[in-house]
Amino acid sequence: MRKLIPLAALGCVLGQPALAAEWTHKEIADALHSIMEADRTVYTKLIVNRLQNQEKVIKASEHWKDDKALVLPAQMFRYGSEAVAEKGAKFSYSLLSLWPVNKQNNAKTPVEKEGLEAVLKGDPYYKTETLGGKKYFTAIYPDKAVAKACITCHNDHKDSPRKDFKMGDVMGGVVVRLPIQ
Amino acid sequence: MKRFAAYRIWALWLAASALLAAWFAWAVQTPGEQSVFMPGQTTHAHHQIEMKCATCHGEPFKGAEGIQQACLSCHAAELKAMDDSHPVSKFTDPRNAGTLAKLDARQCVTCHTEHKREITHPAGVTLPDDFCIRCHAGVEKERPSHKGMAFTSCATSGCHNFHDNRALYEDFLIRHGHGDAAKSAGVVRERGLKEFMVYMDYLDGEPVTAAEMDGRVELQPTPAVVKNWEHTAHAKAGVNCSACHQVNPGKGGEPVWVKRPDHQVCAACHKPEVDGFLSGLHGMRLKQGLSPMQPGLAELPMKPDAAHKSLSCTSCHGAHTFDTRRAAVEACLSCHDDGHARAYKASPHFALWHEEVQGRGPKGSGVSCATCHMPRIEYLTPEDETRTLVQHNQNDNLRPNEKMIRSVCLSCHTLQFSLDALADGALVTRNFMGLPKHHVDSIRMALEAEKRGQARNAASGTAGDEE
Ligand code: HEC
Ligand code: HEM
Ligand code: HEM
Ligand code: HEM
Ligand code: HEM
Repeated sequence: MRKLIPLAALGCVLGQPALAAEWTHKEIADALHSIMEADRTVYTKLIVNRLQNQEKVIKASEHWKDDKALVLPAQMFRYGSEAVAEKGAKFSYSLLSLWPVNKQNNAKTPVEKEGLEAVLKGDPYYKTETLGGKKYFTAIYPDKAVAKACITCHNDHKDSPRKDFKMGDVMGGVVVRLPIQ
Repeated sequence: MKRFAAYRIWALWLAASALLAAWFAWAVQTPGEQSVFMPGQTTHAHHQIEMKCATCHGEPFKGAEGIQQACLSCHAAELKAMDDSHPVSKFTDPRNAGTLAKLDARQCVTCHTEHKREITHPAGVTLPDDFCIRCHAGVEKERPSHKGMAFTSCATSGCHNFHDNRALYEDFLIRHGHGDAAKSAGVVRERGLKEFMVYMDYLDGEPVTAAEMDGRVELQPTPAVVKNWEHTAHAKAGVNCSACHQVNPGKGGEPVWVKRPDHQVCAACHKPEVDGFLSGLHGMRLKQGLSPMQPGLAELPMKPDAAHKSLSCTSCHGAHTFDTRRAAVEACLSCHDDGHARAYKASPHFALWHEEVQGRGPKGSGVSCATCHMPRIEYLTPEDETRTLVQHNQNDNLRPNEKMIRSVCLSCHTLQFSLDALADGALVTRNFMGLPKHHVDSIRMALEAEKRGQARNAASGTAGDEE
């Protein structure tokens, strides 16, 4: 929930024409992503990796309710993104991969496909695209294996199409979309 | 002369039109006269309130946005509680624009249109059974087990639901397939309302005797009422006459005595029960401020002599004789008269119930109508306490019927047996008299998918199960 506060604040910034004129789409996307990345890393390292892998107190599970377990980092990310969508924010974001555990997280649009390939080199990728008749500024950022938990869980997952992730690898990408008026 | 006639016809036409317009204007605003505007019969779910147009259409008519809000005003909470597999928030992301062009999953009415009985399937679905394929064509690439399956089978075979998959998701099937979770108790959980009320200090739990009844002067109870009351859970838990029969008129007025308290009085202590009751087909008319539902208004077969009974708490819980066992079978059968209800007393479940009622079977081993339709569930109270609650919305776990698996069947049966029994429509009609003739193959498929995954892990040399 806490991660929503800065995001919501930025959402307000997006809604303000005066400021939006001063901030480029790229800068806004970069700022939003810096919060997402920081929160995601903190959750993975301080909660999941520490409690599951180091201290072995509690596991993380897709079925956290039934298993009385921690929410997966990817779910933490998605629930945040869905809550932002429910609030009616103008921007949207998601976590995708070329080797998705969940097939819904596969690249769908041509820009997503090209961008996920591009970020494998480690740098962000920016492009405009038209979806459902509307124009968007789309930024894609590499999502890296920052903790051992990332790679053990993905490599062992029965639905993972790739089994040889190593520390530091780009495992996927965070896609941030801003509408262009 | 001729010109005069033409003028008269025009005047007549004008007068007739004005009259017609006036009548329409009156009728559209007058409850009871609106049926002429009904474009077609509503579904079984909504027929009871169909003459209250504004419930769904907003006041004044609000169009599509108003309708979506109306759906959510009654159904949002249950969708959240069932971990909806396809929440609206999954579809608002612009990357799904292509998906929405195939099926706009943001709007309830895309799949649940009203006033179209002729194309309405169970659970109010108005799309053909192959709708899953619009977005999930090509599953067989990821799931070889799905090759050659009929396009209409996804949601009709006991394998998947659009919204509620809590008893159907893959890892759940796998866990049950391994037998880990099959240690069924053979009994349903115990209730503990009084214990909860005492624990929360809402009641001291000290019984009240007939001598201590505080409404004798105001209510003039007959000796039979006094005698019955003494044996109720209320008397035993210290709930005196005034608790139900003295109500606050609000705005600081003096409390007044009422002879016949309604469900709102019960809600002072039994709010979740009342909310549940108002949310299902028993109480939905009351919730909309209409007269109570009566079996005579029902679409389902009902006992003719019950036609004019009005549904309220006391339909099942006599005012001063609350025998929950009567409420759980005899009360139901005093109104319900369809084949499934009539078959119940011949079923092994009833035999178990009979044994329990006779004091021969263990507590919770009998299966009454209520065991399945008004199950005892774990409930998080507004005070953030968990307690066992009797779910009073008997539609909550009804459709699709796999919803009954977790809250009911798994207390005593395995997952495979429950899936098979619920997928066998004829068996449901016979009220589970006999063994399932249908077989749902999903557990086997899930176990095979697990094996394939393990084989892939072995081939690539990863550690396997990491503790
Ligand atoms: C405990 C297991 C687990 C851990 C730890 C974990 N993941 Fe995941 N990850 C998953 C699962 C399962 C999904 C699919 C979730 C969904 O969308 O339902 C997923 C989804 C993803 C996705 C989206 C594409 C896909 O595979 O569906 C990316 C990218 C990703 N994870 C990267 C990471 C990174 C980077 C880390 C470490 C910061 C990490 N994961 C930690 C299990 C895990
Ligand atoms: C809104 C009115 C109603 C109120 C306030 C109410 C309240 C209650 C309460 C307080 C209990 C005991 C719960 C517990 O011990 O945890 C109960 C049990 C029960 N009620 Fe109701 N009720 C209402 C309407 C109904 C109706 C209309 C029916 C029948 C259709 C019904 C059927 C039952 C049954 C069968 C049980 C016992 C279930 C069991 O033993 O598991 N109730 N009710
Ligand atoms: C605990 C006992 C009872 C159980 C388990 C029970 C079960 C049910 C169920 C599952 C439904 C929903 C059916 C559907 O959605 O198709 C329903 C509807 C209904 N019940 Fe009951 N019921 C009970 C007691 C009663 C009693 C005592 C009455 C009469 C006073 C009654 C009258 C009705 C009516 C009128 C409907 C609506 C039917 C319609 O709209 O077609 N029920 N009941
Ligand atoms: C005499 C006691 C019972 C009554 C009054 C009753 C009432 C009803 C009613 C009114 C319906 C809806 C029928 C329709 O849509 O035509 C129904 C369906 C159903 N009932 Fe019962 N029932 C009773 C006992 C049971 C028991 C003991 C069980 C569980 C072992 C059970 C499980 C079901 C299931 C699975 C459905 C089907 C839902 C669906 O597939 O649409 N019922 N019941
Ligand atoms: C909706 C959920 C349920 C379904 C679909 C279901 C279905 C069935 C079926 C098909 C049978 C076989 C009947 C026969 O052999 O003629 C059966 C028997 C039985 N059920 Fe259930 N049941 C459900 C809930 C329960 C619950 C909650 C209990 C325990 C409290 C229970 C206890 C039993 C027992 C002990 C038998 C065996 C009775 C005997 O062989 O004499 N069932 N059930």
